[in-house]
Amino acid sequence: MQVSSLKFQRNAGKSLKNKILQGALKNIEPRFVGARREAISHLEDFEAVRSRATAIRDQVLANLDQWLIRFEQEAQRRGAIVHWAETAAEANRIICDLARQYNVKKAVKSKSMVSEECGLNDALEAAGVQVIETDLGEYILQLAHEPPSHIVAPVLHKTRDEVSDLFELHHHLPRKTGIAELCQEAREILRPHFISADMGISGANFLIAETGSALIVTNEGNGRLSTTLPRVHVALTGIEKVVPTLEDATTLIRLLPRSATGQDITNYVSVLTGAKAADESDGPEHFHIVLLDNGRSKMLGTKLQAMLRCIRCGACMNHCPVYQNVGGHAYGWVYPGPMGSVLTPSFAGLAATLPLPNASTLCGACAVVCPVSIPLPDLLREVRHQQHQANLRPWLERKVLAVWAWLALRPIWYARYTGLMSRVLAWLGGAKGRLTWLPGVWTRERDLPAPAGQTFRDLYRKRDKS
Amino acid sequence: MSARENILQRIRSAQAHAVVPEVERIIANPVRGPQPAPVANLVSRFIEQAQALSSQVLRVDARNEIPHTIAHYLAENNLGNHALCWPDFLEWDWIAARIVVAAQPASADDAVGITGAFCAIAETGTLMLLSGAHTPAATSLLPETHIAVLDSARIVATMEDAWDLLRRERGSLPRAVNFISGPSRTADIEQTVTLGAHGPARVLIVLVS
Repeated sequence: MQVSSLKFQRNAGKSLKNKILQGALKNIEPRFVGARREAISHLEDFEAVRSRATAIRDQVLANLDQWLIRFEQEAQRRGAIVHWAETAAEANRIICDLARQYNVKKAVKSKSMVSEECGLNDALEAAGVQVIETDLGEYILQLAHEPPSHIVAPVLHKTRDEVSDLFELHHHLPRKTGIAELCQEAREILRPHFISADMGISGANFLIAETGSALIVTNEGNGRLSTTLPRVHVALTGIEKVVPTLEDATTLIRLLPRSATGQDITNYVSVLTGAKAADESDGPEHFHIVLLDNGRSKMLGTKLQAMLRCIRCGACMNHCPVYQNVGGHAYGWVYPGPMGSVLTPSFAGLAATLPLPNASTLCGACAVVCPVSIPLPDLLREVRHQQHQANLRPWLERKVLAVWAWLALRPIWYARYTGLMSRVLAWLGGAKGRLTWLPGVWTRERDLPAPAGQTFRDLYRKRDKS
Repeated sequence: MSARENILQRIRSAQAHAVVPEVERIIANPVRGPQPAPVANLVSRFIEQAQALSSQVLRVDARNEIPHTIAHYLAENNLGNHALCWPDFLEWDWIAARIVVAAQPASADDAVGITGAFCAIAETGTLMLLSGAHTPAATSLLPETHIAVLDSARIVATMEDAWDLLRRERGSLPRAVNFISGPSRTADIEQTVTLGAHGPARVLIVLVS
């Protein structure tokens, strides 16, 4: 997928003016924020589960090579074939080669953000494979030729009317307007594809080192169909998804659906190990697991390592005041919101993603809700720091900061300067105590409350005297 | 060098000072995370949770009541009298209940699938099914109605307990372990929950005491 994060400001502006999108974004508060709050309250001690989940993820990341090797050994022993891909292009090539090897004409896909990261659909189609997205949201996006705007609810930005239009146009059936009817129509259209597909492609929420299994959570059942009916199953996921044991996966499952959609558990949790046995009537004959790096290993051992704990629940974006107002497309790549603003610069490069870490108020809501305690505001600040170190910030911003730093290192001058500016600004604020005409965009949409005319140091000195 | 070696090399160089992990020791002694406090009655907790996730639960006192209970349910919901079932269930008296059952691989046209369950989890009202030659996974997946027969003695408190039971009784994992918590659903359009996405639209649990 093309990275268009540099256009964040323009796209965010467009999003704010898009009435349909703004209507759709209103669902976030009740359906995600409210539902999560309720589901978390069903846990007797959320903080205890969360701290265990954090420890599990840290334990793996501290020795990721060993856990990956243990996973690979056990998966291969059980009959799966494990592939390693350094880049998105390599993952695509591996999967296209598998499609050729097994003479695959049609592939059904369960929702996978890693496959979006790779642009896998385009690669497969170029290789002559018909690709059908089967998650309802992803299917709608495939019809609309749009990228997802949310990692859990990819079609969050679309209204029912838009879905009705798309289905009418593509299915050539009488227009449906009810949500249940639309879902039923998608079920009927997609069912034959599951039956006739040669390959099923899924992601994996977790890889279990103990058993060599890929664990997948779904609600619609399309994940189960895609991994049960076709004769080849390919699971594509990131190298950081490994967890040690079934117990560890269970702890994470207590948090993932609750944090994502406010469910205590998803409808289906499938733990898939190896290919089908000779006497089984269903299941894939060939099971391949593709482990993708694509920038992940570079984050290890850096200040951004904690980001690799992420279990892709989307709680950070659901609770982000910026995401809640601009939606996912403005961020310009697969992963939007706070987690994306840390991941995208690491995957796609600092220069191509300059606005992202600044598309945050650092209010801290993301860190409060993260089920694996990722300190997202700290990481966003770290990415800002990296941008500055790499001389990527605008000239004026760097100069202003340099002047400020010079001044801040000289306390006497700093006190004199701030004391003077405080009085000047208070005077300019006048009787209303508000500044309404600063240069640039500062006061275009809002007023700046004028300073009181005295600094903290002034007040402190006065208090000492009295 | 291969992609595998390159990736592992990058990871190792980032973790030059990592302690040698005791991978096998950790796996041999799995640590349970915090779990819900024990409940007095696992069966009632299971029923409560299963119903909250839109599964229906019917209780019977003996195995020989199962065919009639299912027949009654099918009639009540206008679901016809044909069903697919796991092979071990063929021996039950379906004729008396006027249900035509077949034990064959599921196809897209099958309306009703009758399965058992390896065990069930009270915490979330979840069924645990294992794939196998006599327990095909598609029977609980393709038909629009899934009926699961569950022995109430097979209800455990948590998923951790279910894993222990599996390790004790089977030793290793089958190809697919499917945890099922109610009918399939989607909330992709306007975040409005709709039952019956790609999997079953109805789940009935026949609980045998």
